[in-house]
Order: sequence, then C-alpha cells, then structure tokens
Amino acid sequence: MRRIYMDHAATTPLAPEVLEAMIPYFSERYGNPSSLHSFGREAREAVDDARTEVAALLNAEPSEIYFTSGGTESDNLALRGIARKNKKKGRHIITSSIEHPAVLEVCKALAGEGFEVTYLPVTREGLVEVGAVEEAVREDTILISVMHANNEIGTIQPLEEIGRLAGEKEIYFHTDGVQTAGKIPVDVRSLGVDAFSLSGHKLYGPKGAGALYIRKGVRIESIQQGGGHERGMRSGTENVPGIVGLGRAAMLAEEKMEEESERMRSLRDRMSGWVLKEIEDSWLNGHPVKRLPSNLNFGFRYIEGESLLLYLDAKGVAASTGSACSSKKLAASHVLSAIGLEPVESHGSLRITLGMENTEEDVDYACRAISESVARLREMSALRPG
Amino acid sequence: MSQPGYSDKVMDHFMNPRNVGVIEDPDGYGKVGNPTCGDVMEMFIRVKDDRIEEIKFRTFGCGAAIATSSMTTEMALGKTVEEGLKITRDEVGRELGGLPPNKMHCSNLAADALHMALEDYLNKAAVRKG
Ligand SMILES: Cc1ncc(COP(=O)(O)O)c(C=O)c1O
Repeated sequence: MRRIYMDHAATTPLAPEVLEAMIPYFSERYGNPSSLHSFGREAREAVDDARTEVAALLNAEPSEIYFTSGGTESDNLALRGIARKNKKKGRHIITSSIEHPAVLEVCKALAGEGFEVTYLPVTREGLVEVGAVEEAVREDTILISVMHANNEIGTIQPLEEIGRLAGEKEIYFHTDGVQTAGKIPVDVRSLGVDAFSLSGHKLYGPKGAGALYIRKGVRIESIQQGGGHERGMRSGTENVPGIVGLGRAAMLAEEKMEEESERMRSLRDRMSGWVLKEIEDSWLNGHPVKRLPSNLNFGFRYIEGESLLLYLDAKGVAASTGSACSSKKLAASHVLSAIGLEPVESHGSLRITLGMENTEEDVDYACRAISESVARLREMSALRPG
Repeated sequence: MSQPGYSDKVMDHFMNPRNVGVIEDPDGYGKVGNPTCGDVMEMFIRVKDDRIEEIKFRTFGCGAAIATSSMTTEMALGKTVEEGLKITRDEVGRELGGLPPNKMHCSNLAADALHMALEDYLNKAAVRKG
C-alpha cells in the first residue's frame, strides 16, 4: 500500500546526508570529547563544528549554543534555569496558554516552587497579543516565554514586538522554536530573544538531540550537575553522533530553506484550497497568513478526529488530530480550546504537516483520501442533520 | 495523543461497521450522549413477533464508539426484546476482544442506546395496548 507521511510536526525522517554524517561517530570516531588524546580531539572538533552550524542557523555565536537531548530539555533548562537564577529579582513568569507541554508543565512545576505564572490568552487565530503581554508585566516579572510557532495550528507569534517589550522592561525572553528552526528564517538578534529552544528530530535530524541558544550574558543556572560539560550548563558526556547529526541537519536546512519553504507553502495552499472548496462544513484553524509553510489544521463538522485519523491511516495517509477520547470524555486539545473553538468544532480537527518527501501527487492523493474518509464518517454520524 | 491499541475485531467493526443508517418510523428509537463532552449514538429498531428484526445505528465518536455501536447491533439482531435488554456493556466489550481501558465508556453508550430503543418500543407497545 502507498504510505504518505504528513505528520512532520510530530517528527521528521532523518535526511540521508545527516545519517551519513553521523555514522562514523557511532563506529571509528567514538572518542569522548573531553579526552585529550587524538580520539577525543576528533570528537571535540565534530561537536564544535556542529555548534558553529547550529549557531549559523540562528544567527548566534557558537559560544551561545548549548547541546541538549531535545526540545523538552531545552525548554526545561531555559525556564527552570532562568527562573531559579533570577528569583531574588522576582518570581513572576509570563507565558501563553498554547505552549507545548514542555513549557506548560515546567511552568506548573515552577508554580510549585513558589513562582507565579500568568498564562496569556490567544486570539481566534492563535495569536498572543503584545498588548496583553504588556498588561501582564509586573515589577517582579523575570521571564516571558512565548513559542515561536505553535505545533498544532502553526500560528507564528509576533516575537519581534514581544522581544522589544521584554528588552525595554529588562525581562528575559525565551521562545520555544522547535517548530520554526530550519523551517522559517530565525535571527535571534532581530527577534530579541534571550533563549531559543530547538530540536533535531523536527528538522530532519536525529531524535534525542537538541540545543538551547542562550544569549551571552543571560543569568541562568544549570539544572543538571555533574562533570561540567557544555561549559557547566549541561553535564553529561556529549551525544556526539546526535550532535553531529543536528549540526548537519541545521546546515542542510539553512541551505534549502528558501526553496523548500516556498515549495511547502505551495503544497500547503494547494491542499487547503482543494479541501476547503470540495468538502462542505470544513474550515482552517489557525492564522490564514501568519502560519508555518508546512502546517494545515482543518476542522470538519459532524465527525471525530480519531476516527478520521484511523480511516486515513487505513488509506496510508499519516496525520494527527487535536481530539482525544480519553477516560471519561472527548476532550479537545488545550490549543483548540484556547482559540475558542466550541467542543463540537474541535472534535473534528485534522492536522496535516507537510515535509521534504511530500509531492504534489501525495497532496492530491491525501486530498481524495480525506474527502472519502470524511464522507464515510459523516454518513454514519449521529450529528449529521437529516 | 491518544493511543488506541485496538484489537483486530474492534478495527474490523470500525472500518466495516455493520447496520449503519436509519430506519424510517422505527418501532423503537434511542439516542444517548451529547456532542459537547463526547460521543453521540442513535439506535433504530424494527420489531416483529417480539424479535429484533432490523437494527440500525448512527454514531459520532472515536473508533471505539463506532466499533461498539456496530458490535451491539450485530449482537442484538434476531434476539428477542427481553434478550436484547440483557445485553450488557461488558458483553459488548468482551465480544470485541476487549477495549483499551480509557475507551470502556464507549461500550457503555452503545448498550445504553440499545436499551433505550428497546424501552421506547415497549412503551409504545404498552400505549398501543391501552
Ligand atoms: C513546540 C514544541 N516544543 C517542544 C517539543 C518537544 O521536543 P522534543 O520531542 O525534542 O523533546 C515539541 C515536540 O513535540 C514541540 O512541538
């Protein structure tokens, strides 16, 4: 059966060039970067090269890049590290209500440590309003964390404006850039962020490898103690193959960004154009323009997302949904609730996230598969009128 | 997000649901659930000589909700009204080879919808008798 992967926000395949770059570091170049001998030196050089490549992707200095095990750890390090180090100055943190759990759950944990967290609402399109950030700022605010683009609905936040505000008020500004790094241009200087999280497996790199950009001079403490690796910020022998893969993935992403994001945008618009026209009672969640080039989040009335997902899976199309039928009830994702969808609107959500391997043919096949699956489920739906 | 882990039998009933549709002027009708917080199921029955001669359903919900609806109609078809009323939620789950723990509530709804349709039939029959 034909299988089409359209769930690139969940994870991406490893680019062949990335795999090739990694392989020697599993075999002959197995040295520990902390060792002084030639084995160690070649591993150290590989890690340093990767640091330069990741820095280039973000327009940062290599010395501002710290390798981690992925997006979740980067978010943990940024939030816990900055909050704890600056708690004498204040205990207030501002974030948005549509962050990934890697931020939201950390905020919850920090609330348990005596920090106070304000969760900003978002607009119907999923935007954090700068005015709302400004209103939430207090004397004791030490950190603002707003994601660059949302993983479910793809809305891209006005980071420059929030960054400017944070700068004026001398509040640290972190962003979870897991969904944007390598997909749209990122310049940490012009965005005005003090910390930026990214993850290898979302940009055709390996799982279990990520990085945190920390602007030089930011007051932050490590959350994992040990041998003092990564200049004391993140102890633990470096995941050399993973880091090498992340570096190569960052380099490839930068090289291909312009061309690839244009291609994604065109596939995305081809798909949304077709679906919204051909399928009744369908709409797009998220922002029409301020949106990741690869993200689509459809709503289909009268049907439930998990059913749709499984019908699509049976046709070989892999996607995702914001509907979860859990222990007691059907619950919409926190993101779909935050943008103000009624429960019946949020149950029928379908997230399509396109990627490098997808072609126009794939898109056309997926469109037909969606249309057929939606029609079948509507035929048996108790909510369908008539 | 959700991890279905459905048995082959659940997948079969979900992908090829039996008895989907509506019956015009049914002898019994039941509808349970509400779309705000979950699945919605409708059951329609036609009864002849005290037996469930025809049964149809429509369901809005996840894979388990659709599969349990389908399974319930299959179990009820041809049974007497009294036998139909004895079909329990647990039996539906068992017939399907089990459901993931977080989906057990779906089988509750399907059995409830069937019972409601049967009770509707009995009420109407009682009225007719006068
Ligand atoms: C926005 C966002 N932040 C953080 C993460 C976590 O990244 P990782 O899987 O590398 O821990 C993800 C991935 O699901 C994400 O989409």
